[in-house]
Amino acid sequence: MQASGDIRPLLRELLNRQRLAALATHRDGQPYANLVAFAATDDLRFLYFVTPRSTRKFSNLQGDCRVALLVSSSRNQEADFHEAAALTLLGSAAEITGPEKEAAAKRYIEKHPYLEDFVHAPTCAFVKVQVRTCILVKNFQQVMELHLAP
Amino acid sequence: MKLILSSGDITASDLPRVGGKALALASLAGAGFRVPAFLCLTADAYRAFVDGSGLRERILLELHRKDFKEMRWEEIWDCATRIRNLFLRKPWPASLEAVLQPALQERFGERPVVIRSSAPEEDAAESSFAGLHESYVNVRGTTAVLEHIRKVWASLWSDAALLYRQELGLDAGRSAMAVVVQELAEGDVSGVCFSQSPTEPSQAVVEGAYGLNQALVDGDVQPDRWILDRDFGRILAHAPAPRTRKLTATGQGIEFAELPDDLRGRAPLGQEEVLAVYELALRAERHFGRPQDLEWTLCGGGLHLLQSRPVTARAQAPAGDRRAWYLSLHRSFESLKELRRKIEGEQIPAMIRTAEALAGIDLGQLSEGELAAEIRRRWEINHHWANIYWVDFIPFAHGIRVFGQVYNDRLKPEDPYEFVNLLTATDLASLERNRLLEALADRVRERPGLADCLKAGDCHENAPEFRQAIEAFIERFGDLSCSVTGGTQCEGAARPLVRVLLAMAARPAGGGMAASQLPVAALTQRFMDSFPENRRSEAAELLDLARASYRLRDDDNIHLGRIESHLTAAVAEGRKRLDSDGIERPGRRELQAALEGLDFSSRMHPSPPAASPEGPVRPRQLTGQPAGPGLARGRARVVSRHADLEEFVHGEVLVCDAVDPNMTFVVPLASAVVERRGGMLIHGAIIAREYGIPCVTGVPEAATLIRSGDWLTVDGYLGIVTVGAGEL
Repeated sequence: MQASGDIRPLLRELLNRQRLAALATHRDGQPYANLVAFAATDDLRFLYFVTPRSTRKFSNLQGDCRVALLVSSSRNQEADFHEAAALTLLGSAAEITGPEKEAAAKRYIEKHPYLEDFVHAPTCAFVKVQVRTCILVKNFQQVMELHLAP
Repeated sequence: MKLILSSGDITASDLPRVGGKALALASLAGAGFRVPAFLCLTADAYRAFVDGSGLRERILLELHRKDFKEMRWEEIWDCATRIRNLFLRKPWPASLEAVLQPALQERFGERPVVIRSSAPEEDAAESSFAGLHESYVNVRGTTAVLEHIRKVWASLWSDAALLYRQELGLDAGRSAMAVVVQELAEGDVSGVCFSQSPTEPSQAVVEGAYGLNQALVDGDVQPDRWILDRDFGRILAHAPAPRTRKLTATGQGIEFAELPDDLRGRAPLGQEEVLAVYELALRAERHFGRPQDLEWTLCGGGLHLLQSRPVTARAQAPAGDRRAWYLSLHRSFESLKELRRKIEGEQIPAMIRTAEALAGIDLGQLSEGELAAEIRRRWEINHHWANIYWVDFIPFAHGIRVFGQVYNDRLKPEDPYEFVNLLTATDLASLERNRLLEALADRVRERPGLADCLKAGDCHENAPEFRQAIEAFIERFGDLSCSVTGGTQCEGAARPLVRVLLAMAARPAGGGMAASQLPVAALTQRFMDSFPENRRSEAAELLDLARASYRLRDDDNIHLGRIESHLTAAVAEGRKRLDSDGIERPGRRELQAALEGLDFSSRMHPSPPAASPEGPVRPRQLTGQPAGPGLARGRARVVSRHADLEEFVHGEVLVCDAVDPNMTFVVPLASAVVERRGGMLIHGAIIAREYGIPCVTGVPEAATLIRSGDWLTVDGYLGIVTVGAGEL
């Protein structure tokens, strides 16, 4: 695998292929991690997920909007060690509404049609993560970073 | 799952698990051919071993360290060596051993056997590219047989097999290997036979030599050769070989023996016997329905068929395919000894004499015409030695590998490169140069006035003795400016050396030569003790050869560098004269023509690296090979031009495309070495180990992804280079 070059096509492919990401938030310094179903934009700048407002993650985001997400192609097999890629995303999260939400939700439902009810439920928040940094790990220990301008 | 099959149990449907070689032998035995008895360990046994011992993913991790397209042959060799060591060290899974041990013991007991690969998917390709996998002749006793089976399995991933992975259809996730364990038919005469010549379809070829036929197959013994007419079964021609020695089975393994005088004068086969071999090959051809390539032996008066496969034309390498050349570097101990005599006895002394003679010519005294002739002459001399470097010096480096494999076979060390420790206690020319540099730096450190005169450039007046010492150094090792640029930017002045001396002197005393304190004597003793008494002199000879090989790997570049610097000095003198005035002196045009006619694209220096990647993508962690243990942190100094070396500051990490021994004088200043070119035995790794500093080699695009000033953490244990301090 080429070390350098543009890693963006690889990131795009990983984000399109994977459905779930581990989301990290915190409350008063206590880290917290959970899974979210996400969709990402092709320019890699934004990532969306839906959550009921009653959840810990949503509550944590009210206190601190900074997040980290982990997306991985691992299949829980031995071969993951040489085959799988893992992507850590850093950014900040905020709920979106109105036309911005409608446009993003369309894309989100295309990827996760089974979550349509969640997207439209009044009890759920549609969250946008603005991505600042992408950190890609492949070939077991090869790590490349992509820094996105705000 | 069938782990082990007897010849009589094998049917055509077993091909995927026994491979073509075992299937052909079973078919011949079934048809009444005289084939030595054998057992076949199926590909299932291989799978049971790699799965049961956890090796499967370890192999895959090794093979996925880096894209094969980016690997140099040396790196592929390293990769194969690490995999081989894994096979040697892993204990047998108990359930597998419980099946194989009694089956082998019952069938062969203490009788000698031959162990060969029979790779299921690779038969056609294997016959086109011979010698990709290993086989072992004269192995006795079940414990030894089991050990050698693992070596044959490991050769599924030999450097040769990895080089030809596409042709072989080698698949890291899927490929497996069957093994044939066959009784040794210890013949008096052995050979091969093509029932139809690959080059002339109307003819057949029989080759034969005294002793075992392994030597003939490996090319170590030249056979007598007979050409036969296929239509009439007549011998058309006999080409006798120089018969001097034969391969025999002794104890465990094989060795060469001198051929008695009476046999030297006698062909190994009589006319009747040649025809009997040909008849055997024709029978095999009729049996398989196509021309056959046979291995046979005459044993106790009877003709035995050892192996038979279809005749295939040896694949022709496309232009630019250097793989066959790489594999030709696999020289035998015997040919390496011969090469050493030539290099140490003739070539190196001649290089030293040449450099000295060149140093004695005062270029300033030559007329324009004479200088033009001198430039051409030096270019020829340089070209001559650069050529010898490729033809003789590089192949001699294989001595290190021959030794490494023997060491690993005997001692099965945890670190497959432990053997390098036994080689480092040698006196490299580059280390001697660095010691002299240290001594000069010590003088500067002790007498602050010297630093001032170096900076001011007036040591001539103020410290003539010191100036003389510097000139003596330049006379011997050059001014340190030619190295990175392939001679295109040689300065012919002391400035680069002065910069290095000042940097060394600015560092606290005693920080330099920390030549690694490894228990060389203890390791050497352990290596010697691993041999039986009667083979220790052979072991000592091998170690001595490996040390010479290791030493030469560095020294040859130093010697070559000296000759090259004399060429560049003459070129610099020529350019100076052309630049100095426009006066049309006699010989000026000739000088101009001489300079224009030279091709300065250098023999071993890489092309300038591509520009650093711009934009938002940055490396955080890069992986390569752990080539020198240790952990160090420091600022990167990416060296791609001569000026970069001059800038080198104590404590920086040397990052470059390929370390040349002529630039390793900065290594004593460095905290670590990172190199794009890969390999455990390359100059950067050798010199880093000598100084005991961490080294990571084979980092793709190291010199372009990393920038001077980047904060680096170099993990020489794992081969990982981390860029930056981890800030997010």
